[in-house]
Amino acid sequence: MEFGPHFFLASLEGAVNAAVLALMAVGLSIVFGIMRVVNVAHGEFFMLGAVIAWWISSLVGGHPAIGFVLALLAAPLIVGAIAVAADHFVLRRINYDPERTIVATIGLLYVIQQTTLMTFGPEARPVEAPFNTRLALPWFEKTADGFSMYWPWGLSTTSYKLAVIAAAVVILIALWLFMTRTKIGLIMRATQLDREMALTHGIPVDRVYAMVFGLGAGIAALAAVLIVPIQQAHYLMGGDPLLLSFIVVIIGGLGSIPGTIIAALLIGMSDGIISVFFSPTVAKIIATLLVAFVLIFRPQGLLGKRIA
Amino acid sequence: MKDQLRTSLFHLLIIGLMAGLYFTLPEYHSGVLARAMVLAVYAMGYNLLFGYTGLLSLGHALFFATGMYGLGLAMQHLDVGASTGIVFGLIAALVISTVIGFLALRTTGVAFMIVTLMFAQAGYLIILWMGEYTRGDEGFAIQASERVLAGIDLSQPDNRYFAALVLFGISLLLIGWVVRSGFGKTLVAIRENEERARMLGYNVHRHKWVAVIISGVLSGAAGAAYALLFGYVGATFATVQYSIFPLLYVLLGGAGTTLGPLVGTVFMYYLIDLSSQVTSAYLLIAGVALILLTLFAPQGIIGELRKRVFPWLP
Amino acid sequence: MAAITLLSTQGLSKQYAGLTAVNNVNFELPTGQIRALIGPNGAGKSTFVGMLSGRIESTSGSVQFNGKDITRLPAHKRISLGMAYTFQITSIFASLSVHENVALAARRASGRAVNSRVRDALGKVNMADRQHHIASDLSYGHQRLLEIAMGLVQSPSLFILDEPTQGLSSSEIDAFVALIKSIAGDTTVLLIEHNMDVVMATADYITVLNFGEVLAEGTAQEIRNNAKVQSAYLGTSHA
Repeated sequence: MEFGPHFFLASLEGAVNAAVLALMAVGLSIVFGIMRVVNVAHGEFFMLGAVIAWWISSLVGGHPAIGFVLALLAAPLIVGAIAVAADHFVLRRINYDPERTIVATIGLLYVIQQTTLMTFGPEARPVEAPFNTRLALPWFEKTADGFSMYWPWGLSTTSYKLAVIAAAVVILIALWLFMTRTKIGLIMRATQLDREMALTHGIPVDRVYAMVFGLGAGIAALAAVLIVPIQQAHYLMGGDPLLLSFIVVIIGGLGSIPGTIIAALLIGMSDGIISVFFSPTVAKIIATLLVAFVLIFRPQGLLGKRIA
Repeated sequence: MKDQLRTSLFHLLIIGLMAGLYFTLPEYHSGVLARAMVLAVYAMGYNLLFGYTGLLSLGHALFFATGMYGLGLAMQHLDVGASTGIVFGLIAALVISTVIGFLALRTTGVAFMIVTLMFAQAGYLIILWMGEYTRGDEGFAIQASERVLAGIDLSQPDNRYFAALVLFGISLLLIGWVVRSGFGKTLVAIRENEERARMLGYNVHRHKWVAVIISGVLSGAAGAAYALLFGYVGATFATVQYSIFPLLYVLLGGAGTTLGPLVGTVFMYYLIDLSSQVTSAYLLIAGVALILLTLFAPQGIIGELRKRVFPWLP
Repeated sequence: MAAITLLSTQGLSKQYAGLTAVNNVNFELPTGQIRALIGPNGAGKSTFVGMLSGRIESTSGSVQFNGKDITRLPAHKRISLGMAYTFQITSIFASLSVHENVALAARRASGRAVNSRVRDALGKVNMADRQHHIASDLSYGHQRLLEIAMGLVQSPSLFILDEPTQGLSSSEIDAFVALIKSIAGDTTVLLIEHNMDVVMATADYITVLNFGEVLAEGTAQEIRNNAKVQSAYLGTSHA
């Protein structure tokens, strides 16, 4: 393939990455923004979503779409409920103390991951996509009489991948409407601005926190259900997305949702594109060092504004 | 300095006890203890920073791996002996901890945790990337014939035990002395109230930096010793998991106590050892322990003992 | 003895995001004097001493201490030149013993005879019998006195006290006044104080800040009779 079509293909793959990453990172960002909690177990909520999707689709027979739709509904709810329980029994009891919270969520990471290993096992398991038509894509070529369209060999995507991108956009818009247009969303944001003030105005901060933690985990699970037909479910699959969403959240500015989405696009796309041309290891080294240096020299994030 | 003397005598007693254990325990356990003592040195390095200075790093595996690879790569590719290898390991750890300390200490709190995590992750990835020399994930073995220090064959179980004990003993006495010195007490002051320490005229930044360097070099020494005593160098030791372990050991044994790292390491080592005979998901124990400790015993074993029974414990 | 200037500022200013907290302050403090810095809330007193001790970076102007320009020095270096500073809001090492709190201050100043200097300093604030208490177990008044002992033990040439008597009982305030009088001469003292009785009883000289600027300077008598001060401060809020 020539450069042009190759680049186009890489961008498409990147867009799928970016879509899932944006969901994952927004979940992490909401939890950090409102609760000031760095949730190291976020990647495991993602993994749980994928594993539950596999479990449901293997229980339900018939057309793969039936199991998939069920998983799309049930996985975020189950994972959200687990997160609410973790908030209730662990995080609330240590008063969301930043350092102890990180240690506790590291513990949670191991508990979820290892319990999955014991029950689900070490194998990677596929989930069938509800629909998966291969779509050949056209490219342009300059000929003697101007541009003409042709179909290069190997330049194709699937209807499912396009659907993932669309779904992520829809979910993000829905989330934005939820946060800005509903009463619960407004209460969440009020809590973010000032916890003490929220308490004195009779906002049940404990319940808001539990809901936020559940919502963050649920979004991660949703992202996983979307990606699992492309990626397969595995008990260690939470590690890389966790790292990447950390990178996204930090570069986008801690707790800023628009910044997070822009950073997810940048990083998801560039990760897809860079790894076509460079080794993925080098891409990851650059990304991790970038995060470290952003935090050291520009702690408000590359895209965030400095708060005096 | 009656205080210093008493602490040192107490630590000598512990070192003597560990020597005595070799002659009373069956061979399997002395093998485990040798490994645990080396890892305890790693945890002691970690504890100086976390327990005494109040800086929570999530990237100490970088220092451990730097010592390990500093020694391992030098012995493998430069064809040097064990003693020169140790020097390489220590110098590498010194350089890396000086640089990382300088950079990471520009941040505090959660940002410090993430920055150290990211640097360690970059270090791990660099090990994988330079697979030509490091053999990546697979790692490489150091032949038994090369693991000879001052004419002593360190691949022999008895020599290995006492080599580990010597490293552990030196580290324990050193740490005991540091934390009872004015420098160590200033670290505690920084942990307790950084602004007050600064307004008493202490150079807080330099104290923290020196603490990172001592901590990093001790961790590197443990990494180099691990490679030398057990003959294997691998990227596993640079993973996030190996940054979490010393945190776990120290939390379990007692942060800010000199014996906490040893107690925590031995305890956790046996716990994981026993559970790995039952299930491959042995890290479940680590997870449960972390959660229970943060919830119910943030002071750890020695910390709770000091609070309730023996207030004189260093 | 002719007055030698220990500390002076020229045109010292601080702006926070367009808001001027301290504006162009020229200030001179002779060696051995007890100076009170007074002014209504928000007059910029804490910001001003913050810039002297280095806790707060100045926007413009300069600070001289002992004949040395210290404008660019970080706080810890200024302290080690012989300043001691007590916080407006009590700031101690809560989980450490009273002895260790004072010893930390003593050791930084000099490694010699730490224990006996700690005992002396605690004796001066009448807390010698509480050496082994944990600082957080002390009453609020004793915590404030502990903080003063942490300053005294450094034998500073300049002792900056930011509202030291706030929250003290009247007998503790009397003891504090006596203490300040007893160190007068050896130590230069800069005292931010709201309690006018304490100011009148201790200060040789008074500087009044208002809206970040020096409104008046003079002896207790002169300040009391100053019409501007009366209208801005004494006459209204502190009749």
